[in-house]
Amino acid sequence: MEQEYPVFTAEMKKTHKLLIPNMAPVQFRILAAAMEREGYNVELLGNCGARVAQEGLRFVHNDTCYPALLVIGQFLDALKSGKYDPAHTALIITQTGGGCRASNYIFLLRKALVRAGYGQVPVLSLNFSGLEKGNSLPMTVPFARMLLAAIYYGDLLTALRAQTEPYEENAGDAERLQGKWLDSICAQIRSGKGYSQRAMRRTMPRIAAAFAAIAVDRSRKKVKVGVVGEIYVKYSPLGNNDLERFLASQDCEVNLPGLMGFVQYCAYNVSETARLYGGTFFEKHISDVVLWYIGRMEKVIISALRDNGYHAPLPFRELLHQADGIIGRGNKMGEGWLLTAEMVELVRAGYENIICAQPFGCLPNHICGKGMINKIREAYPTANIAPIDYDPSATRVNQENRIKLMLAVGRERLEAQSAPEQAAAQMTVIHGGVKRRKRGSAGKEQKEFKRPIAV
Amino acid sequence: MKVGLDVGSTTIKCVVLDDADRLIFHTYERHFSHIQEKTERLLREVAQRYVPGGRAVLAISGSAGMGMAESAGVPFVQEVFATRVAANRLAPGTDVIIELGGEDAKILFLTGGMEVRMNGSCAGGTGAFIDQMATLLKMSADEMDRAAQGAAKTYTIASRCGVFAKSDVQPLINQGGRAEDIAASIYQAVVNQTIAGLAQGRPIRGSVLYLGGPLTFSSVLRESFDRTLNVRGVCPENSLLYVALGAAFYSDEVFDLRTVADQMAQKGMTETYRAQPPLFASKAEYEAFRARHAKSAVPRAPFPQDYDGAVHIGIDSGSTTVKLAVIDEQARLLFTDYRPNQGNPVPLLRGVLERLYREHPHMRIASVTTTGYGEELAKNAFHADFGVVETVAHFTAAKHFLPDVDFIIDIGGQDMKCFQIEDGAISNIFLNEACSSGCGSFLQTFAQALGYEVQEFARLGLFAHRPVDLGSRCTVFMNSSVKQAQKDGASVENISAGLSISVVKNAIYKVIRASSAEELGRKIVVQGGTFYNEAVLRAFEQEIGAEVIRPDIAGLMGAFGAALYGKKNAAAGRISTLLTPEALAAFTQDTRSEVCQRCGNHCQLTINTFAGGETYLSGNRCDRPITGRAADEDLNLYEYKRRRILSYRPRADAARGKLGLPLCLNFWELLPFWHTFFSELGFAVYHSPLSNRALYQSGQGTIPSDTACFPAKLAHGHIAALCRMGMETIFYPCMTYNLDEGLGQNHYNCPVVAYYPEVLAGNCPELQGVNFIYDYVGIHRPVDFVKKIHAILLRSFPDVTRGEVRHAADAAYAEYARYMKSVRAEGERIIRTARERGKRIIVLAGRPYHIDPEINHGIDTLIVRLGAAVVTEDSVSDRVQPFRTTVLNQWTYHARLYAAARYCTTQPDVDLVHLVSFGCGVDAITSDETHKILREGKKLYTQLKIDEIINLGAVRIRLRSLLAALREAQEQATEEV
Repeated sequence: MEQEYPVFTAEMKKTHKLLIPNMAPVQFRILAAAMEREGYNVELLGNCGARVAQEGLRFVHNDTCYPALLVIGQFLDALKSGKYDPAHTALIITQTGGGCRASNYIFLLRKALVRAGYGQVPVLSLNFSGLEKGNSLPMTVPFARMLLAAIYYGDLLTALRAQTEPYEENAGDAERLQGKWLDSICAQIRSGKGYSQRAMRRTMPRIAAAFAAIAVDRSRKKVKVGVVGEIYVKYSPLGNNDLERFLASQDCEVNLPGLMGFVQYCAYNVSETARLYGGTFFEKHISDVVLWYIGRMEKVIISALRDNGYHAPLPFRELLHQADGIIGRGNKMGEGWLLTAEMVELVRAGYENIICAQPFGCLPNHICGKGMINKIREAYPTANIAPIDYDPSATRVNQENRIKLMLAVGRERLEAQSAPEQAAAQMTVIHGGVKRRKRGSAGKEQKEFKRPIAV
Repeated sequence: MKVGLDVGSTTIKCVVLDDADRLIFHTYERHFSHIQEKTERLLREVAQRYVPGGRAVLAISGSAGMGMAESAGVPFVQEVFATRVAANRLAPGTDVIIELGGEDAKILFLTGGMEVRMNGSCAGGTGAFIDQMATLLKMSADEMDRAAQGAAKTYTIASRCGVFAKSDVQPLINQGGRAEDIAASIYQAVVNQTIAGLAQGRPIRGSVLYLGGPLTFSSVLRESFDRTLNVRGVCPENSLLYVALGAAFYSDEVFDLRTVADQMAQKGMTETYRAQPPLFASKAEYEAFRARHAKSAVPRAPFPQDYDGAVHIGIDSGSTTVKLAVIDEQARLLFTDYRPNQGNPVPLLRGVLERLYREHPHMRIASVTTTGYGEELAKNAFHADFGVVETVAHFTAAKHFLPDVDFIIDIGGQDMKCFQIEDGAISNIFLNEACSSGCGSFLQTFAQALGYEVQEFARLGLFAHRPVDLGSRCTVFMNSSVKQAQKDGASVENISAGLSISVVKNAIYKVIRASSAEELGRKIVVQGGTFYNEAVLRAFEQEIGAEVIRPDIAGLMGAFGAALYGKKNAAAGRISTLLTPEALAAFTQDTRSEVCQRCGNHCQLTINTFAGGETYLSGNRCDRPITGRAADEDLNLYEYKRRRILSYRPRADAARGKLGLPLCLNFWELLPFWHTFFSELGFAVYHSPLSNRALYQSGQGTIPSDTACFPAKLAHGHIAALCRMGMETIFYPCMTYNLDEGLGQNHYNCPVVAYYPEVLAGNCPELQGVNFIYDYVGIHRPVDFVKKIHAILLRSFPDVTRGEVRHAADAAYAEYARYMKSVRAEGERIIRTARERGKRIIVLAGRPYHIDPEINHGIDTLIVRLGAAVVTEDSVSDRVQPFRTTVLNQWTYHARLYAAARYCTTQPDVDLVHLVSFGCGVDAITSDETHKILREGKKLYTQLKIDEIINLGAVRIRLRSLLAALREAQEQATEEV
């Protein structure tokens, strides 16, 4: 029964190309740069399309979650494309650990590789849970710092573009600026620079200021939409049928809470588990150390956003309490309490129209997503939440139709807020993108949302 | 002038309003998916006849209208939104709107907090569902409504998904249930689905408006809603047109309708969908293909009127067709008959048999063997000699055709059977699960929906140049894929080919789970009526990249195999027990149904009485209705566990008041622990009663996620029951971790078991005023447990001391250990007893909550009835050493499953049947691994997928096939020795 699988050895760093599945396009590009700095020869996979899902369906149990089908399908599709020499290719996959099925992806991937005839291809695990000893990405302190910085830069660039693009006067400005900064940051990281706290403190405000300089017209009110969900379908255009682009075409401003929140959530859970069920002194406090370190970077990104007039996410220590009274923080499988907390944070910050995206039949989301909507609505009656399932065969039409319903309600409220006297009589018709009517009362939505929080 | 268009999934609606918003034209018609053309035509017609100058305010709504609106630059109004606009204008004062459409179901709460609910991507209780069911009953929608008016009773039918409902309705039809009752049951199922799926606990009260096709056309459906909701809803004037009217009211942009029509025509020309290679590159390729398959013919012999030899008759009474084959002593085919069963196979078979007697008066019938869904009904009705499980019949036929066959795939009307053959015996059986029936009737349904006969429809696809890629999922998903493809300009030819390919992909990837042709074997026989369809046959060969053999009697292989079986088992010179021509002429059949009251299962019995007063009973799960008692109860560990768990009663000397524990999910195992714990602390501890249908329904309105597994959904009913019992406190903790039994790398619970109490706390209104304790608790660290649970309890019961808690915890751990020990001891006893009686032993492996009869649907008693003993996975999981699995072995319950599988491989007479709850994501991982463990130990893997409702007929076939295969393997082994 003992199955031997190939191990990624230190020498392979030189001989093998490491393929990375593309989950969050912006963040992962910088992460790839960080790995290059560490001496890995990496490639961020960009292959998509029907063949990816087909390969997944062929080699993975069809009732497995959609992200597993896609990630494994993407690897197999890449290997079969002939672009890579299987003898000199390795794969890397994240493994969060915990009671969700996702911890099993790496095993499903190995099984699929064997079945597809690529049994010789080693698979590396990227995890912080001590799984896959001897076969996970070796972690050093500088490397970990670099990875964290990469995630934060990515989160910043994503947030800035999302908050600028819908309002820009010249279409494409924000996208171009994001591309420019991505290139620049990746180049810095590759040359071992830019990831220290000092560098971040210097660079981040500059990035935010550059975005703030884009010519915008914020008098055109947009429906503000937050996206939460299972981490892969939340971020990956491959997984969510290019949700961000669709929302942009519907004239929305999209808030996709950052990837770092998930990292902090994972770090936090270690100590929370020990506090709930018992554990050693070390276990009970290790999270504080990690979170303290990340917290220092967090301050930088938050003030970079705030100082330039952008909406900033809550610091983690406040995010923690967003779901108080709604879900317990012991709920740690999948996105767990974080997902619920993000929904509350979004509602309270004015992004009350929310898409909760999950793979069809996602187990944790039965609880922390769909299961909590009722409670959130009770506490925040304006929350307008649409749970959307993603699946190889779920059609775009159905998904988009449900999203449009959510947007129609959101838009109606927006109109009622900005023109109460008109609202009853007339409402705007939604269609392919352009809004014809312009409205006054500029810049109100940039007002910072303030509330007392007990930490 | 204002024009509103509502392009739905099955119909297109158009309204024209004059400047005073008066309705001057309206239409409602089915579009048979010719969406583009119909819309275009409609617009031109409207422009010409009703709109002077052709310019009018225009907006489009409806699920199929979205893309079209975008491409033509016309404003799109989301349909639910449009409904609301129309209702505000036309029916002010409405509180709730219930609207059922072709594929959507919606509830709008207009007053007291506006809220809109729409069905998710997996919900079939809609117009398309009703149509599908009507087709099954061979009625039009109107006929079904009329029939339902004469109903005397209702059956329970799952309407969550058309495929599930089909497997409920088909057996009812096959067993001779009254069409009137079935029709009414279908409507009631739609009502239940709508309320449970959409209202999600919010009460529907006040003035209710019914909109949409099904509610407009069916008075029975409206009455069912009225009755269930206890309201008097109104179906207003123009109830079909609300969406279109809403769109018209809402729009404010003027268009030239002809220009819009032109734009649509242009878009219609482009084919933007995802395509796959054509089935045949050329006519010549097709001819060669036909010539090759023409060679696979079974030997035949003439069957003259004066034929006086012996014949063997095989009858295959399938889900949608009845087939009959007559062979001679040389196994040559003399006569065949193949026809749709039209709901009741008995009169049809009687007709065919009478004809045989009449036309061949001198033949000597040596044996009659029945098989298929209606095997027992036919056997009892006509006094056939043998009954054989259909898998064996098909294998017998294929083997006759190709002695060294190593893979058989049979796609019939409703089911799909695949077997792998190793060393002349069935080594692996794959049957389609209830949720993936991409079978013959699936193609038929689509052909009819598009307005074609199925044969013609299939032929259209043969030379399609760009077949649509439709994926490989269930019918409900397929509907919207087809819709999308049509919107993208796919022709009927390309859709037909695409559907044939999807049937094949479904079979290969979903049912068989193969990734290459080599895995299927080299000698493949394909059979079943669906393979007459050349497009499907070709797609199958293309997909696996190999040539296969399709017998010319592909659709008759079951009947042929049954006849062969009879030939093999009939002694020389035997005369069949079949009814004589005289008895056949006097034959009568009377069908009635009743609910069995002999135990808590309350099986729905169908009782057929034939001429002479003989009765045949079906629908029963045990022998009680026949013999008065369940068989071999002492060989059923499920029964023992149930009795054991239910024996925990509240103590009399309880000073701290009542405390309730829900008997659901992990509490099916932890009840001994928690019951003892709280009893020791001085509580009167009650558990909720054993689940039943009524209990489930009492909680189903509060389920927030309709794709969660049934055991989790059932928890809502248990909470409601405890609240009804007047519990002041209900305890149901969140438990990330389970006890560590040392079998795996970790000891998690699955996310649903771990955290479902959070869902209950957030969604069950009954819990208001109840002290619901659902904190995060870990019993895997006994020392910490005392400290932590004490702190939790202090919040509600300030007088509880640490010492008391420690004492109670000690008792609880001890009781749990005692309970597990007793289960294992009883398992040991059952295995021993079974061996003494020479019976096979089945490890019915699931989770602790699978012993709930409402969840397992009596499968445990069914197995015992079939002559085997039943033990549980946890009774044998401690008998193997921990071992490495190829997946992350991190859940306590699932570690037991792997261990139980490993145990089976060490015992010659113990086999595993895996119970999987529909929607259990974890089992997507465990089933492959369990399969692998068993396979490496040369054992068969049998999986039974169960949900809210299952088709026990299919389960029976599966289990009988398993037992037949095991028996055969055993016989072979003995012969070799």
